[in-house]
Amino acid sequence: MTTLLANSRDLGPTFGAAANLFCRECGATYDLGPGNACEQCFGPLEIGYDSSLLSLVTRESIEAGPRTMWRYGALLPATPVVDLQVGCTRLVKADNLARELGMKSLWVKDDSGNPTHSFKDRVVAVAASAARSLGFNVLSCASTGNLANAVAAAAARAGMRSVVFIPSDLEAGKVVTTAVYGGTLVAIDGTYDDVNRLCAEVAGEQEDWAFVNVNVRPFYAEGSKTVGFEIAEQLGWRLPQQVVVPVASGALLTKVDKAWREFAELGLVEGTPYKVFGAQATGCSPVSAAFKAGHDVVQPVRPSTIAKSLAIGNPADGVYALDVVRRTGGAVADVSDEEVVAGIQLLARTEGIFGETAGGVTVACLKALLASGQLDPEAETVILNTGDGLKTLDAVAPVAKPTTTIKPSLTEFRASGVAAP
Amino acid sequence: MSVTVRVPTILRSLTGGASEVSVDGASTLVELLDKLDADHPGIKGRVLDESGKLRRFVNVYVGEEDVRFAGGLETPTPDGATVSIIPAVAGG
Repeated sequence: MTTLLANSRDLGPTFGAAANLFCRECGATYDLGPGNACEQCFGPLEIGYDSSLLSLVTRESIEAGPRTMWRYGALLPATPVVDLQVGCTRLVKADNLARELGMKSLWVKDDSGNPTHSFKDRVVAVAASAARSLGFNVLSCASTGNLANAVAAAAARAGMRSVVFIPSDLEAGKVVTTAVYGGTLVAIDGTYDDVNRLCAEVAGEQEDWAFVNVNVRPFYAEGSKTVGFEIAEQLGWRLPQQVVVPVASGALLTKVDKAWREFAELGLVEGTPYKVFGAQATGCSPVSAAFKAGHDVVQPVRPSTIAKSLAIGNPADGVYALDVVRRTGGAVADVSDEEVVAGIQLLARTEGIFGETAGGVTVACLKALLASGQLDPEAETVILNTGDGLKTLDAVAPVAKPTTTIKPSLTEFRASGVAAP
Repeated sequence: MSVTVRVPTILRSLTGGASEVSVDGASTLVELLDKLDADHPGIKGRVLDESGKLRRFVNVYVGEEDVRFAGGLETPTPDGATVSIIPAVAGG
């Protein structure tokens, strides 16, 4: 294991309550530092915490914190060295959508309100801060777009160089919203999985670069817990009964579950039962396919869907997402691209929230899971909108047009029929 | 006859820090791993599990091809090929 700082005991305050890295598969432990895979078995590394420090966290200590995700800093493996004022996004009571779907109680956690308009600002906040503290000066990633935005912006703010790798067929909106921050943007002629493989290799060559989702991934992934923490706090320090989470790598889904288990273990909420549901687009649904087939391995696929932010054919945390879904009694659904577009429209029409394609996937899967009887319409449910529709305009442009176009004349207005209800 | 093996960071303690090593006279991946292990003892046991299968969280490519979609451990490793051993847990 490469460690840039010799004495891990000196890292305590800088990395919050984090104590070490441990392998999820074989349990081997390592000093805090860069690295994502176990030397013994290649298993994923996770952050281990000093439980005596975690147990100091109270509702009051959290409520006394800033109105950003760093109010949960004592439960994260970093201190806010790089801070774009991320998190504390709105939790919207979605009564109109609930009525339309015949549900009793529905909430939308709307992470489009983050600085670069997706939940990826959360993971990057932790990764960039940890990277800085570990001595890195270059921030890098493989991205389907949202992460590219977040990394480029965080690096700009922190005065770090960014080198971001994306598939060359990304939505124009996500290319522009990355390039504008002035970092290096490398478009790769290949799928996200090709980009990801390349980055894993480049990370082995450019060891002075912090790839947020490769060699800093254990820190990065913990940032997603703050979505779960916020939902619980915003509900008045309690857990919902059901949650629907879009699945790309599967990391967000597993971390929402981890957040709620941590809150319950620390006595911050009552550990009431909840079911976790995963949402995928049929054109890239390896986790849904494994769920339906009863498999505990995820067979990689070649993605073909408009939901490009979820187009990971070989999801790193797919098996762990399956574990969470099965343990909690949830399910994984998948929906067609037409249903994704209809899902974006439904959320916009009923709640005034314009989600990106991943949000459309989530709404459409909510609908599908209700129709199949797997999701209980009577149980309090939260769905995650992880990104902003403005980034994926092309997906809805064909169906979101002016109702009519007329000349600036009262006669034409009267003739247009617009005045009729 | 020579195949280039790209060694991931976490296995470089076994290759004296080298990020690439050459292996001669191996016509399949399993032969290559045996020869690699002779030069760098212990490396095969990191890549394969106790039953001799590829570990769950490692991806091995011969050229651009993921061996799980090719011939697995029997995938040919022709002269001049590059074999990449890559931790699977990345991205997202």
